[in-house]
Amino acid sequence: MPTIGEQHIVKSYDDEMKRLHDALARMAGLAEAQLAASIEALEKRDSDIATQVMNSDYKVDECEHFINEQTVRLLALRAPVADDLRLVISALKAAGDIERIADHAANAAKRSLVLNQMPTVAPMRSLVRMGKLVAELLNEVLDAFLAHDAERALAVRSRDQEVDDLYSSLFREILTYMMEDPRTITACSHLMFIAKNIERVGDHATNIAEMTYFISTGRALNDQRPKRDTSAFEGAVTP
Amino acid sequence: MPEASADTVALDTKMTSRDVKVHYGDKLALKGVDLEFRTNEVTALIGPSGCGKSTFLRCLNRMNDTIGIARVSGQVTLDNDHIYGPNGIDPVLLRMRVGMVFQKPNPFPKSLYDNVAFGPRIHGLYRDKDHLDEIVTKALEKAGLWHEVKDRLYEKGTGISGGQQQRLCIARAIAVSPEVILMDEPCSALDPIATAKVEELIDELRENFTIVIVTHSMQQAARVSQRTAFFHLGEVIEVGDTEQIFTAPTQQLTQGYITGRFG
Ligand SMILES: Nc1ncnc2c1ncn2[C@@H]1O[C@H](COP(=O)(O)OP(=O)(O)O)[C@@H](O)[C@H]1O
Ligand SMILES: [Mg+2]
Repeated sequence: MPTIGEQHIVKSYDDEMKRLHDALARMAGLAEAQLAASIEALEKRDSDIATQVMNSDYKVDECEHFINEQTVRLLALRAPVADDLRLVISALKAAGDIERIADHAANAAKRSLVLNQMPTVAPMRSLVRMGKLVAELLNEVLDAFLAHDAERALAVRSRDQEVDDLYSSLFREILTYMMEDPRTITACSHLMFIAKNIERVGDHATNIAEMTYFISTGRALNDQRPKRDTSAFEGAVTP
Repeated sequence: MPEASADTVALDTKMTSRDVKVHYGDKLALKGVDLEFRTNEVTALIGPSGCGKSTFLRCLNRMNDTIGIARVSGQVTLDNDHIYGPNGIDPVLLRMRVGMVFQKPNPFPKSLYDNVAFGPRIHGLYRDKDHLDEIVTKALEKAGLWHEVKDRLYEKGTGISGGQQQRLCIARAIAVSPEVILMDEPCSALDPIATAKVEELIDELRENFTIVIVTHSMQQAARVSQRTAFFHLGEVIEVGDTEQIFTAPTQQLTQGYITGRFG
């Protein structure tokens, strides 16, 4: 009687699963680089880097396109089950998240071009700090995702709180700054949108962490990660 | 799993097996199988060839009795009554209550009508000719075959297509109003359309019967069953809701088998 092995009996199935994984790894690497570059562009006020980020976004889109096609093909032709099914479904969903992450990086880069036409504003330092934290978490999450390491992914997920805290305090900082010096309102508004872009990257990273848990366990994470971004209440009257 | 004895099983449990072992001569083919089958559910038995699925299925209606070298031990119950042992249900009555459909359609070389009427006749389950006509018609209707054969009831059962023959065998099995239907790879000789019709039929029959089906097709198990048991080398490795088995099996062996990683 045959024994159970690591590889599929049908070798081309393994090849196709590997092609999907490789595409995800490539896409993840591109998105990481895009985010890191957009933050570098902000920090160094470097319009060349920002322009390059904007012009490279299509590469991430191409990866997503390939992954979408590959997952549809695998679903139709291989009818994957169990861990194979979870991998294929997660690939499809993660590709969507990664594509959005790269979009946010490109948006941040686009706004940094405008910011470079104006004098520097002080909250930029906090924004860059938050950007670097998110970039670090994203790298960690994507590595865990590609390695199917749920434990590591969940550790990163719990740190998304730090991002939310930074975002809330940055929001207050920018508000204060605008009130003190209305001439900075234009620059500060752009900063605010960039901060939102970066905060959204953190949310997508959290999705990918949850998917990693699903891949390894077959269960959805059902505990609600506590949300402590309080910026939505900023300016509201508190009793 | 909680220890369940014959008299403490859940209400909707139709059949149970406890520590069922089968020897063929000196060879131990089943190594102690514990399973439960619930009313109005389809349970699929999957696993590589030779792992004991058919052997186990035959234990459920004492078909192994007909194999000289086979020895069965352990307990099997039907509605809490033992089917083996001194107080076991009479095998003839048992096989009426627990019907069987085989891999290859095996209609008798008689008319379609006589095929379906066979069981009711030998068990004397009808009052008069009209009643027998009614039983035959109902069984053919339930088997989804009535409209295809109603004008040729007196032609030979072997003269219809393979898919129709298999549904004829299902009609023959349900004509005696069994409670449980055992199916051993009922679609392996059928084309995809005939297979789909039998699968649809299984889904309908579930309303009135308890069904246990052995299948080699993973997709078929996923499509037709609510519970799936994975057999390997004469043992049940894992049993659970079909959805769970096919999305997140708990055992490596199960996962290896259903994803095609035997090698
Ligand atoms: N009539 C028989 N005589 C001897 N050995 C048998 C007989 N039927 C089955 N076996 C053996 O018992 C084991 C289980 O067979 P079976 O129940 O047919 O497996 P499956 O249906 O899962 O393919 C196999 O090793 C097979 O060779
Ligand atoms: Mg068999």
